[in-house]
Amino acid sequence: MDFSDTPEEAAFRQEARAWLTANVPSMEDLEGLDEVQRAKLWQMRKYEDGWACIRWPREYGGRGASAMEQVIWNQEESSFRTPASVFAIGQGMAAPTMMAWATEEQKRRYLPPLASGEHVWCQLFSEPAGGSDLAALRTRAEKDGDEWVVNGQKIWTSGAHFSDYAILVVRTDPEVPKHKGLTYFFVDMKSPGIETKPIRQISGESNFNEVYFTDVRIPDDHRLGAVGQGWQVAITTLMNERLAIGGGGGLGFRQVFELAQRLTIDGRPAIEDRSVRARLADWYAQESGLRFAGYRAMSALSRGEIPGPENSIGKYVGASKTQDMASFAIDLLEMSGVVSDPELSSHSGIFQYAFMGAPGLRIAGGTDEIMLNILAERVLGMPQDVRVDKGIPFSQVPTGAS
Amino acid sequence: MNFEFSDEQNLLREQAAGFLADKCPPGAVRAVLEGDASFDAELFKGIADMGWTAATIPEKHGGLGLSYLELCVIAEELGRVVAPVPFSSSVYLATEALLLAGSDAQRQAWLPKLATGAAIGTFALTESAGQASPDRLATSCDNGSLTGSKLPVADGDTADFAVVVAKCDSGDGASLCLVPLQADGVKRTAVATLDPTRSHARIDFDHAAAEPLGADGEGWELTRRILDRAAVLFAWEQVGGANAALEQAKEYAMGRYAFGRPIAGFQAIKHKLANMFVKNTLARSNCYYGAWALSTDASELPLAAATARVSAIQAYYFASKENIQTHGGMGFTWEFDCQFHYRRAKLLSVNIGSERTWQDRLISAVEAGQAA
Ligand SMILES: Cc1cc2nc3c(=O)[nH]c(=O)nc-3n(C[C@H](O)[C@H](O)[C@H](O)COP(=O)(O)OP(=O)(O)OC[C@H]3O[C@@H](n4cnc5c(N)ncnc54)[C@H](O)[C@@H]3O)c2cc1C
Ligand SMILES: Cc1cc2nc3c(=O)[nH]c(=O)nc-3n(C[C@H](O)[C@H](O)[C@H](O)COP(=O)(O)OP(=O)(O)OC[C@H]3O[C@@H](n4cnc5c(N)ncnc54)[C@H](O)[C@@H]3O)c2cc1C
Repeated sequence: MDFSDTPEEAAFRQEARAWLTANVPSMEDLEGLDEVQRAKLWQMRKYEDGWACIRWPREYGGRGASAMEQVIWNQEESSFRTPASVFAIGQGMAAPTMMAWATEEQKRRYLPPLASGEHVWCQLFSEPAGGSDLAALRTRAEKDGDEWVVNGQKIWTSGAHFSDYAILVVRTDPEVPKHKGLTYFFVDMKSPGIETKPIRQISGESNFNEVYFTDVRIPDDHRLGAVGQGWQVAITTLMNERLAIGGGGGLGFRQVFELAQRLTIDGRPAIEDRSVRARLADWYAQESGLRFAGYRAMSALSRGEIPGPENSIGKYVGASKTQDMASFAIDLLEMSGVVSDPELSSHSGIFQYAFMGAPGLRIAGGTDEIMLNILAERVLGMPQDVRVDKGIPFSQVPTGAS
Repeated sequence: MNFEFSDEQNLLREQAAGFLADKCPPGAVRAVLEGDASFDAELFKGIADMGWTAATIPEKHGGLGLSYLELCVIAEELGRVVAPVPFSSSVYLATEALLLAGSDAQRQAWLPKLATGAAIGTFALTESAGQASPDRLATSCDNGSLTGSKLPVADGDTADFAVVVAKCDSGDGASLCLVPLQADGVKRTAVATLDPTRSHARIDFDHAAAEPLGADGEGWELTRRILDRAAVLFAWEQVGGANAALEQAKEYAMGRYAFGRPIAGFQAIKHKLANMFVKNTLARSNCYYGAWALSTDASELPLAAATARVSAIQAYYFASKENIQTHGGMGFTWEFDCQFHYRRAKLLSVNIGSERTWQDRLISAVEAGQAA
């Protein structure tokens, strides 16, 4: 164990920092661009100089860097103000799934535009009747020659409205138990028959969508894994999702800490209040624990292991931490904490914004309850609930509608 | 001793619930959330016609002279439906301020109008981020002329008058004054908040005409007393909201299937809802005590109010966020109504002082009781 850089790591850090200092986009660079354009500009800049998806092999658009170099890069990049990424799903979830399951030719074709930010990908997994119970999804695919014809509906698809490609799980056989009848594809979002409708979330913004499939034709060579093997391929994606979405949420310890330094309680700086210190200390310890757990997960990756179910901890802790910190910051602001207008509110309204976004963090990518089930069942090895949907054909599983 | 509401009070509850089910369905809340109106004027008129705005106002000032127990019943029902009306500002705060500190002339001028709902009043305390205290007030009132800014003021964009807490060089450091808001020297700007179903404004006073309410230099003590009284009523609203959120979560969980069965059957969901029930029951029980202390002006009021307030804040916030969680992705959509409670719970958890502030008041009240 060694928490400090080796000489080579220190040199790499220097190099990364120098590049970032010279290349992080300025306000003028970004002026007039929307969120997606900003993200693409930044990603392309990194790609051109070999700083995109650095752990990926060079032939797929990466730098062939080690896991530790990835950790160092992440640390350095996160110390700069850079445009928010729209590539978490593509680079963090679709790409590892492609690396594990696609043909060499497909990897060489689809991965470089993911690294460069030219293509954005989304995740067409969840459905109205298949969220936590993902394997209960109903969107049907039927074979027709060397194509598949897809009909059905996906929901909650983040970024579908600006995505070029998607990863997709569909049902190819309803007459076998639910996990066995699934098949995994990737699909061009511009295919005829795909219709995307925005869903508004409680904040009033629309970052996710309903996606309808009407006789959408997908070539068989866009299938990843065998017919009926979709669940296994999906697990590859979901395991990587843990690393990709982590615990973040735009709000960190530092911002709440600074707020407590600025405000007063009973005429004294709030930061001197024992109860405030205790809460802040808890969040610091959580953030630090998650950060180091993340590094250790990267060490495991560097040994060639795939991300394990224990990574559910990050998502579980991070989401509630964001909600609790936002709520606490609003409390510290007292009555003025309700003001969400960025012009009038402390820290440009970030606490109010995080408060309205946090409930989604606790649901997206597997709910708190599902994360705890994963930890109990897959990590601790405790038995599952008695299950009524096991071992029977999917078509016979009870649903609310029947 | 008697720990229950009377038959008449329960009858009032049934009437209130029936009226609100009819006049304040979720669509009415949504209309204010999404629209430009500051509040639901038709609903507020209906509420005034039912006499609720007049409940605790003495008969000689055009009120009904009912007890505070009746007002608590009404508050709980208003909280349950997340009513988008300026009731709390007008009734729990402005009316209380006049009853507590108003001169005969002031009461005569405003209480009859408050009773009929012809006038809306509000209470303007906060000026800046963080805890309010007399030494953090910049608003000042000299010889009937008020200058300063208040942000945010609940219903400040529509109220007819405000009771403003201004700084004062003597006494406890603050004075209350009564300020008509449709007057020269008053500028009001609506501000966006976490809960658009309750409008808020920034009010800038520039030599606005104001009259003292109560004695100079007693404003902070008066504020404490007003907030103690209001805390009980807000706590009832919170408990009403918390129970509605629990019911919403239960209804959804019973009908939503995953893994071949209703999610209501998963222990994680059952325990979540049972925990809501526990918190709601503790809060509601504390609210009974608060209601009694308020209605009898008991010396225990500061402790009872703080206890009700703290447990009601905790119960409503917990129920509102776990109600969303129980709904999964659906709970996070604009279309579903879970957001009403999440927004209102957070507003009510800071609007007259945060949980920490009231925890502090609670323990101070315990200490005071020990010393007595
Ligand atoms: C902001 C956001 C972004 C999203 N982005 C995407 C995306 O890009 N692509 C995509 O495919 N999906 C996406 N999702 C969907 C997300 O994965 C699902 O919402 C989530 O898995 C929950 O499914 P559900 O909404 O159907 O809730 P349900 O599964 O109906 O859950 C309802 C409640 O029941 C509980 N529950 C269910 N089963 C159990 C059990 N066995 N034990 C205990 N409790 C249980 C849940 O924890 C929850 O509290 C997104 C969701 C959100 C909120
Ligand atoms: C949005 C979302 C995110 C998820 N993220 C993860 C995650 O990060 N890690 C994770 O382990 N699960 C993850 N899951 C799946 C979760 O573990 C449960 O499998 C699922 O929620 C419900 O279980 P089930 O009854 O359908 O399948 P189960 O009965 O739990 O499993 C069905 C089959 O899949 C196999 N299986 C399940 N998990 C794994 C695995 N990790 N490796 C190999 N085989 C497996 C089982 O052995 C079994 O044969 C996620 C689910 C959702 C909806």
